[in-house]
Amino acid sequence: MQSSKNFLTRRRFVAVGALGGAAVAVACTSGRQGDWDFFSEAQARTLTAICDQIIPADDFPSASQTGVLTYIDKQLVRHFRRHQDAYRDGLENAEKISRKRFGREMAELSSPQQFEIVSALEQQYLDFFNLVRSHTLQGYYGSPRHGGNRNAVSWRMLGLDEPPLRGRAQYDLRKGTHS
Amino acid sequence: MKRVNAVIVGAGAGGGVFAKELSTAGLSVVLLERGKWYTANDCRKDDLRNQRTTILGNAFGPEDEGNPRVTVDAKGVPHVVLASESAYQNDAACVGGGTLSWGAQAWRYMPQDFKMRSTYGVPAGSSLEDWPISYDDLEPFYEKAEYEIGISGDYSGTPFHGPRRRDLPMPPVMPNLEFSILEPAAKRLGLHPFHLPMARNSVPYNGRGPCMRCRWCVGFVCETDAKNGSQNTVIPVALNTGNCELRTECQVKEVLTDERGRARGVAYFDSNGHLQEQLADIVVVSGGATESARLLLNSKSRLFPNGLGNRYDLVGRNLQGHHYTGATGYFDYNTYDDAGPGASIAISDYNHGTPGLCGGGMLANEFIRLPIHTLNRLPPGTPRWGLGHKQAMRDWHRRTIAIMGPTQQIPTADARVTLDPSVRDKWGMPVVRISGNVHPHTFEIGEVQAKRAEAWLREAGAIHTSVGAHRPETVSAGQHQAGTCRMGDDPKGSVVNRDCQIHDVDNVFVIDSSVHVTNGGFNPALTIMAVAYYASAALVRNWKGTGFHS
Repeated sequence: MQSSKNFLTRRRFVAVGALGGAAVAVACTSGRQGDWDFFSEAQARTLTAICDQIIPADDFPSASQTGVLTYIDKQLVRHFRRHQDAYRDGLENAEKISRKRFGREMAELSSPQQFEIVSALEQQYLDFFNLVRSHTLQGYYGSPRHGGNRNAVSWRMLGLDEPPLRGRAQYDLRKGTHS
Repeated sequence: MKRVNAVIVGAGAGGGVFAKELSTAGLSVVLLERGKWYTANDCRKDDLRNQRTTILGNAFGPEDEGNPRVTVDAKGVPHVVLASESAYQNDAACVGGGTLSWGAQAWRYMPQDFKMRSTYGVPAGSSLEDWPISYDDLEPFYEKAEYEIGISGDYSGTPFHGPRRRDLPMPPVMPNLEFSILEPAAKRLGLHPFHLPMARNSVPYNGRGPCMRCRWCVGFVCETDAKNGSQNTVIPVALNTGNCELRTECQVKEVLTDERGRARGVAYFDSNGHLQEQLADIVVVSGGATESARLLLNSKSRLFPNGLGNRYDLVGRNLQGHHYTGATGYFDYNTYDDAGPGASIAISDYNHGTPGLCGGGMLANEFIRLPIHTLNRLPPGTPRWGLGHKQAMRDWHRRTIAIMGPTQQIPTADARVTLDPSVRDKWGMPVVRISGNVHPHTFEIGEVQAKRAEAWLREAGAIHTSVGAHRPETVSAGQHQAGTCRMGDDPKGSVVNRDCQIHDVDNVFVIDSSVHVTNGGFNPALTIMAVAYYASAALVRNWKGTGFHS
């Protein structure tokens, strides 16, 4: 099993051909830039860096590449309204750590540096880290209808048929018997 | 509004059956339901918002806004909780109740489940008791439920069930891959595996087609309407008689009583929020064990200052559900064939008869997992994030089998529903407050059950297993909630008699899991329905010439 620390051996998300044409669009966008319901552009950049450490790209896309930020952003003005303050404070704290350790905005850091900051968040701000972790996993593995998991890419990754097989016969009803 | 013979509060498993039986017998019925009427078109296949996974809210009610509850933790601290939070102990709020979006396991309890006190004695501190009625009393009504609701399955593999006059009306849903892995393993262990009973069409039945084996099953309304609940069986029959009117989005405020201490109807808030009265000869409370208790406790009057049926402070006590434990097995080959409903094989060998344990429970493989569920089933030690976590999802989603079971809970009088003294719902009524816990022996049984599930998975070839046996700090009484208006012959020790009439108000009936004295080691819905058929038969039999007419 790969460790989350093996970021240097991670295959970059370049194998878009393997995913079929639909996923090519996924690789080219990372959210509705400039069109967030809740986040500022700066907040979205920070959160992108955090989410992509929680689910990095390999031969399948990262969290942000499948629309996880769209999922979180939409729900922060809907079902997750009670978490708005947690996101405001948490993202600000992430940037404070980034500037203190590296003197730059988190989004400008290398992946190993971003990993270090997310690890620090897990150490120092566990509630916020757990919240973002849960929301990231939900967006990535949940229904595409909420903005994440675009084109059901995580379901394909798990080997699930998409669209799913429908209407499989169980009993041969033409025989007029049940068995 | 026109006076009717019966007003029924709640269109779930019990209320739906009762409405059908009364209206087909010629009684006029108004069926009130606080939620909406959903259909197959409302399936939505939303992994994050359904009745099982409520991250984005309950799909089939109640809504988070305006429906708070209070739960008291083990330290005695009260917490206000939302309807989509697990501590709320929600079932559903819709036509069909829990049977709209359930997994649809449709079990009979075993004969011993009605005689828990005489079989095992009373563990110190528990309120374990016998039912006043037996399995034999209910058997014809279990059969009626199985045929009218429509149950598939096959009991022929196990001797561990009560006597049956007829087989189930439909053959089992075709076995999935997990069945074929687990069946020989159980047999090697000397167990008796079988196709578990489900309210799900395996062949065309009741005018609807068979299950198409999709992934979105428990927690969802069935897209092909192959899953059977009261909303697509007995309630349409009731409405077709012309004697039953269903009013949705109507929240009942209280049962109204007259100066002689008899019920005269109910007051309710209609879908526009207007307070209405529906007068009736009899009132039937079918809101589920938590909401039925709340309604009776909220029905205070001069003659009933502590609420209806609550002369001896019994309404709301003995709250119970099931204590779910089990194990997850990890395999070095694919165990997943993407065929719902997933749950397919069960054993009842461990429900009774283990020396030193007061009962036990059925064990079965779990429902088909969506990826969102696998997040909670990864092996212990899996990295919490990063590429390691992503890889673990790929490694295990298709190579995991879970076996779980509903351990029968040993009830206590302290596990209870009361009215919260300060928190109100959007209609201004005091809300449910849940406190206490079941008897700790329950958790000892659950731990043994989990080890048994693990042994079954090991025998089946699991390369790793993890046991899930926790000790919850508060009573767990969500979808399987029961016990709050205990049935009994002694008016000082129970809330309703064996015909489900409140002891001191004979024209008020409680028809839902509230009357369950104990809750079996099985999913309770078929028993709720069987008791509803049983009690409605008594009522219809006695209807002519009784004092119910006024």
